Amino acid sequence: MSFITQVFTLAVFAVFVNNFVLSKFLGLCPYIGVSKKIDSALGMGMAVIFVMTMASTFTWLIQEYLLLPYHLEYLQTIAFILTIASLVQFVEMVIQKTAPALYKSLGVFLPLITTNCAVLGVSILNIQEGYNFLGAILNGLFSGTGFTLVLLLMAGLRERLEKSEVPEAMKGMPIAFVIAGCMALAFLGFSGLNF
Amino acid sequence: MIGAIIILGALGLLYGLGLAVASKKFHVEIDPKIEAITEALPSANCGACGYPGCAAYAEAIVMHNEELNKCAPGGAAVVKEIAAIMGKEAVAADKKVAVIKCQSGGKNNTIFRYEYQGVTTCKAAILINNGPNLCSWGCLGYNDCASACKFDAISIDENGMRIIDKEKCTGCVACAKACPRNLIEIVSAKKRVHILCSSHDKGAESRKVCGNKTACIGCSMCVKKCPKAAIEMKDNLAVLNYDLCIMCGICADVCPTGAIFDPLKEIRAKKRAEAKLKAEAAAKAAEEK
Repeated sequence: MSFITQVFTLAVFAVFVNNFVLSKFLGLCPYIGVSKKIDSALGMGMAVIFVMTMASTFTWLIQEYLLLPYHLEYLQTIAFILTIASLVQFVEMVIQKTAPALYKSLGVFLPLITTNCAVLGVSILNIQEGYNFLGAILNGLFSGTGFTLVLLLMAGLRERLEKSEVPEAMKGMPIAFVIAGCMALAFLGFSGLNF
Repeated sequence: MIGAIIILGALGLLYGLGLAVASKKFHVEIDPKIEAITEALPSANCGACGYPGCAAYAEAIVMHNEELNKCAPGGAAVVKEIAAIMGKEAVAADKKVAVIKCQSGGKNNTIFRYEYQGVTTCKAAILINNGPNLCSWGCLGYNDCASACKFDAISIDENGMRIIDKEKCTGCVACAKACPRNLIEIVSAKKRVHILCSSHDKGAESRKVCGNKTACIGCSMCVKKCPKAAIEMKDNLAVLNYDLCIMCGICADVCPTGAIFDPLKEIRAKKRAEAKLKAEAAAKAAEEK
């Protein structure tokens, strides 16, 4: 398999087949919480893509060059959380200084992502799946893209729902959950894909 | 074991140092006033000021010269505090209170179409053929407003009328949202004259169905007599524009059904009677001369 094909396969699997929200059920909190408006959903999605890619990069390095050589794999979770939390904090500072406009639109979401299970999830799955360095980075990038995609789809649907006639008892969260379930079912169809 | 402690400790130290250096290097000046005002605000994040939270409102005050008196839960004390931080004069917000625009008093005074024995809330009662009372605009009388009030400001007197305690009412709009017939309006506490009917029925109809016989029958007398043109007829109902109202009480005098409430009505009537007597006496005296 050529390199391009490999990347393509990785992308399709991360975005559609093993979508973090709809087939792994990670990061459900922002999926429901930040999907009321397309603008904020996009902001959150971009922040997640960024943090997931960075987290994949650094946690892979930590695992490979720190935990494995000293046989400290059992410290994986705490070491990764430490890394992700400091990373997010650092990124927040840098963005606040260098790009205030971006900070304004992303700022609220960055601290939210710090303890997001999807970010920790992608880091740990990278190790479990045995990706190499490049594979881990790309997996982080594409997983974030998959998250952003479903977040945007959800936000679009919910913006339309605001204007449509929904029975009183189903307004707000109940209909959002029903839609989330329908989307998960739809994404189940991708699991038949084979390369 | 020791290796684990050293490695994790070193990792933590490294991150800590890195963040410390970064926080110095990427330090951003933030106006300390914003933080001070955020602390002065009640942190309820209720959104009554029109901003997404207390912090956003604080930022708007400092950066965009937003008015200081928009915090409803904080009240005058918070306005004073913010004014001290900003070095501006405190202008207290206009206190607002709820007014229930129906005098029928719900189930006690109202004529019923059927006997309702369901769940005793207005929201449930209105679901069955638009409520049991004959007037399809008026108070249902199951006290959704009183149970929605967090400040215990709505009480019910012996006639089944809902009395709003103007001291306790904060104008939080909770009761107005709870009322399924939208009878409650939040108005400035300074305004004393109110049109206490919400019926858009035609005159004869609303006169017939009103449990208290104080319906607005749409006769337009108040509209004609109002010196400030503050009253307007909207679909068989007189609607008062509080911005224009000077509380002269003329509308309450001319209203044939008593739908308009004026707390000074009796005093005004007494004064008028006295003036009439005086005029008569003067006329008599003139005749005798």
